[in-house]
Amino acid sequence: MTADAAPLAVMIVDDEAPARRRLRELIADCAAEMPLTVTGEAANGRAALEFLAEQSVDVVLLDIRMPDMDGIELARHLGNFERPPAVIFTTAYDVYAIRAFEVHAIDYLLKPIRATRLREALARARAAARPNAEALEALQAKARAYLSAPERGRVHLIPIAEVIYLKAELKYVTVRTAEREYLIEESLARLETEFGERFIRVHRNCLVAKASIRTFEREADEGEGHWVVLLNACDERIAVSRRQQHVIRELTG
Amino acid sequence: MASIVNQNAYASALPNFRNLGIVLRILVIVNLVAGAAAVLKSASLGDTWRELLEVSIVIQPILILSLLVLMAASGALQRLPYFLGAAVVIMVELAVVTVVLVFGRPLLDAEVAPIERYWVLTVAMTLALLGYFDLRGRALSPALAEARLQALQARIRPHFLFNSINAVLSLVREDPRRAERALEDMADLFRVLMADNRELTPLAREVELCREYLNLEQLRLGERLKIDWHIEKMPGDALIPPLVLQPLLENAVYHGIEPRTEPGVISINIYLAREQVHAVLKNPYRHDGDHHGGNKMALGNIRERLALHFDAEASLTIKMGDSAYQVHIVIPYVTAKS
Repeated sequence: MTADAAPLAVMIVDDEAPARRRLRELIADCAAEMPLTVTGEAANGRAALEFLAEQSVDVVLLDIRMPDMDGIELARHLGNFERPPAVIFTTAYDVYAIRAFEVHAIDYLLKPIRATRLREALARARAAARPNAEALEALQAKARAYLSAPERGRVHLIPIAEVIYLKAELKYVTVRTAEREYLIEESLARLETEFGERFIRVHRNCLVAKASIRTFEREADEGEGHWVVLLNACDERIAVSRRQQHVIRELTG
Repeated sequence: MASIVNQNAYASALPNFRNLGIVLRILVIVNLVAGAAAVLKSASLGDTWRELLEVSIVIQPILILSLLVLMAASGALQRLPYFLGAAVVIMVELAVVTVVLVFGRPLLDAEVAPIERYWVLTVAMTLALLGYFDLRGRALSPALAEARLQALQARIRPHFLFNSINAVLSLVREDPRRAERALEDMADLFRVLMADNRELTPLAREVELCREYLNLEQLRLGERLKIDWHIEKMPGDALIPPLVLQPLLENAVYHGIEPRTEPGVISINIYLAREQVHAVLKNPYRHDGDHHGGNKMALGNIRERLALHFDAEASLTIKMGDSAYQVHIVIPYVTAKS
């Protein structure tokens, strides 16, 4: 038996139970002609990530519009996996996303899905290139709900609401929550554009969550002193650079 | 050929003097003209106020009495041919002016201009108003309004259509009877969506349509969607423009239920109060929700259709709380018999 003959492990992610049932039926139909097995199901992106952290699959059939974490965001987090599964998006109607899928040659299926189309997509899935990160970033209409940090073969999900600050350090960005720190491989400038409503830049290398700011304090040093941010949920003091001092006025009114 | 042209031609008709919008327009226009007259008459700007008062003392009783008479006679006037009706309106106005001046003059300190001048002004003002309402009627005439209504007709989201077909497909093998019912609901819904929706429809029928629509959504969303009906006091015979409630429920599902993982309740409360039909739809809502564009389009569409049918007598108001979104529609209670 060659590796190709091992059944293709498929995961179904869709928030509508009937849509998941329909896909199960179709996969059962296709299984007569190619070795297939459904190894998992989830009703939203977050649940899917939790499942995939425990168990790896070959292909994820991924609905776009879902509550909590949508399909595009899930695909972006999957990019942080060591061996990311192939992704086939499924959607009933989404003109914007479909155009983008065409442009970036990302696989997608239109609901209601035909068994023949599903079979073709699954047949080439194992060899298919994974959707690239920039294409997915361009597709994401709104800011992500989570950041994901890979760590020793696992992927941590950090709800964006729990992030106190983001600090750029050499190659990485440190993500600070009340409990601990994580390292992510993203650019601070892009994070600032994506989450600009929630965070404010207090220093060239640091974005602080507006909601986490307790107050500003002037700290004496040899010169004329400098300002620092005091935070709600952690004891650290973050320096405010001279260039960004105007944010103090903006935030304290 | 001639008959076709005639069918499309606009037949002038007197305004409905019992319509709040018409009454308001008359009041505003006449008072604006009176104000302009006061400004013209006054020697200085300080004088204007006194002039305005003097004009008002004469104008307001005439205006109120005229409107009362016209309101009372509105039904009879509507049955007359247009030009005869217009002539009667002018006669009524002249009579009212005469009565007010003859009986009012002893009560007024102010010097009142000769009655002939008022007659001329009355005829001019009445003709101007009738002309205005005729033009307005033409602008909103069935031929034009028809074209606009067609363009405005509420459109169902393709998203809903394809997801529903998908949900029905998922039932075909496991629960064929439920699949049948779902297809029947879909057929009814699309029959109405594709129908000529210019005529008013009984409220009970629109509510039935809403039920069918919600059955389909329930199929997809299962227990994530909970519906709370309060329609015991609903006047089922009230006439409303079709597809006013269904698109609002579609919004409620799309913006209120679908973006949530936990179950949400849509409440529908329809009742009759003081000869007005109230429909209050409430759904959960989170501020950071997306897709605002489509929402505004559907609301604008419904507002415009309510205005075309009921003018100022219908209203649609939105209340947005921290966690709930509410649409409140008020429509005058009209039935097929009235």
